Amino acid sequence: MISWFYIAPAQRPLFSVFVSALFVLALCCFCSLLFGAGGLSLQASFQTLLGNGSADAQFTVFHLRANRTLVGLFVGLTLGIAGALMQAVARNPLAEPGLLGVSAGSSFAVAITLVLGASTATLTVGVAQFGALLGCLCVLSVARMQGQQNDPIRLVLAGAALSSLLLAVTSLLLLFDQRAADEIRFWITGSVAGRDTNTLFSVLPSMLIAIICILYTAKPLASLALGERVAIGLGHKPQRVRAVVIVAVALLVGGATAIAGPVAFIGLVVPFAARALVGPDIRRTLWLCLPLGPIIVISADVVSRLVAQPAEMPLGVLTAIIGAPVLLLIVRSRRMPTL
Amino acid sequence: MTATSLQFKQTSEINNLARLGAERLTLKHGKASIIENLDVSLPEGKVTAIVGPNGCGKSTVLNGLSRVHSPSSGVVLLDGKDIHSLPSKEVARRLALLPQDTLAPDGITIEELIRFGRHPHQSLLKQWAMDDQQAINYALNAADLEGLKDRLLDTLSGGQRQRAWIAMSIAQETPLLLLDEPTSALDLGHQIEVFELIRNLSRQGKTLAMVVHDLPSACRYSDHIIAMKKGEIITQGSPKEVMTKELVRELYGVECDLIPDPMTGSPILINMKRVRS
Repeated sequence: MISWFYIAPAQRPLFSVFVSALFVLALCCFCSLLFGAGGLSLQASFQTLLGNGSADAQFTVFHLRANRTLVGLFVGLTLGIAGALMQAVARNPLAEPGLLGVSAGSSFAVAITLVLGASTATLTVGVAQFGALLGCLCVLSVARMQGQQNDPIRLVLAGAALSSLLLAVTSLLLLFDQRAADEIRFWITGSVAGRDTNTLFSVLPSMLIAIICILYTAKPLASLALGERVAIGLGHKPQRVRAVVIVAVALLVGGATAIAGPVAFIGLVVPFAARALVGPDIRRTLWLCLPLGPIIVISADVVSRLVAQPAEMPLGVLTAIIGAPVLLLIVRSRRMPTL
Repeated sequence: MTATSLQFKQTSEINNLARLGAERLTLKHGKASIIENLDVSLPEGKVTAIVGPNGCGKSTVLNGLSRVHSPSSGVVLLDGKDIHSLPSKEVARRLALLPQDTLAPDGITIEELIRFGRHPHQSLLKQWAMDDQQAINYALNAADLEGLKDRLLDTLSGGQRQRAWIAMSIAQETPLLLLDEPTSALDLGHQIEVFELIRNLSRQGKTLAMVVHDLPSACRYSDHIIAMKKGEIITQGSPKEVMTKELVRELYGVECDLIPDPMTGSPILINMKRVRS
């Protein structure tokens, strides 16, 4: 494992890196069941995992903590993959669903349906996904208006503008509707705690569609990294590939947002870490995003339980603390990685 | 058989032989047409060089012929069929394209780059087969890159890098290969390295077309020259027939003398002067 340090990321053995990451993920899940802000001591948690806990302890470990671990797993998976896809499509290492207003589009759509009379319980995942799709299309078309010129910062600016606009309108909507405001306040600070795992099941079919989209586009997407015309020369259809990827991104981000609320920076940090480990080829990056996303979300969640005991820090705060420096690091790097 | 009918037979044979060509092709950038009603065809098994001043539409023609640029009117014919009516993958098995604006991802090796050339031969079910590896070995050999296959692309010289890109197109195993300014950013030695590879490919039976800026190289390394100005073909034919002082003057506004290369006989430009037009 030490010897990997000396190999160029793109040349590292994908399988061993992937399997090592899986081990780390297993460790994270274990910690997530073990640590908590509640009264349950570390030792008691451990005993409960071994099967000798009180009914209360069992409820805490196998229901509360297991659920949030599961939600963290899902959110990490979807947002990590969505970030990697979006960065490949926008050819921009800063493209991130949270920063670019995709999550904001999703929350906006959810807020509208709440104001129109739905409750979060009956809220369909589809609404969040549709909102994500609109947000995605908006920001990409704004950034593309300036012809072929691809300035990574421009996309982020467009995304920031779109995000704040959507958030402002969302707040405005909620101002007029107290019931919706109460329902959404809990949800709009992205978190994996206390989420309804039943929503997970309603998301699964659309995740299947997203997986098919990704299988279909992984190879053409990798060839797009060689240049638009090279990809056409190899028989791929860049426009169609981009459209399919955007649908996949919307399904993934919408699914994650419907369950956990908007969580920023995961889609930035996960592909960044994956590229650092296995290089920029999207087919390799995607494989590594699978374990890395959950690792980052779950470990951030564990830390957020511990730093402000007995209270909890919202997950979104912690991901911003990790994510913002990474963003600055990428922007400050002399040569922004070309994707 | 009379002379006329013989001549007719020859030209029609040439037209049948041309696997790639365009009829009444009009290509537009936005509203401005770059090319209007252009007829062009690439002679089979030969190297065609497209020359002309900047902005004359050389690259646009190449983009049109390789279906990157869709025609506003007219048709591009690949083996007698409208290229846009054929599945893109099918086209990519017959026609390879090396554009000018290639991007090299960080940390990619030569062999990995060449593997991309196999995409048109693969599908969701058929991911990697014996013939893929054979084609890659062949391409490595043809481009003389066998010893470098595990090197990172960005650690190579410009000429080696360009040969690696051409090797990717070779692995595509197409009878046709179009190259857009394959030597533009290279020094003299690397230019010759790439041109010689192109000539070797032609000897193996490929039909090639390239956009070239340097006239002497175009003459030396091609069998057929298409000279373009303002979106029109001014003249075409073998280098010796086509290359005249008058043509150089008309294309570039440059006065010069032409002498044959004492070794190869291909025309060389000397005594060049810009004339004010």
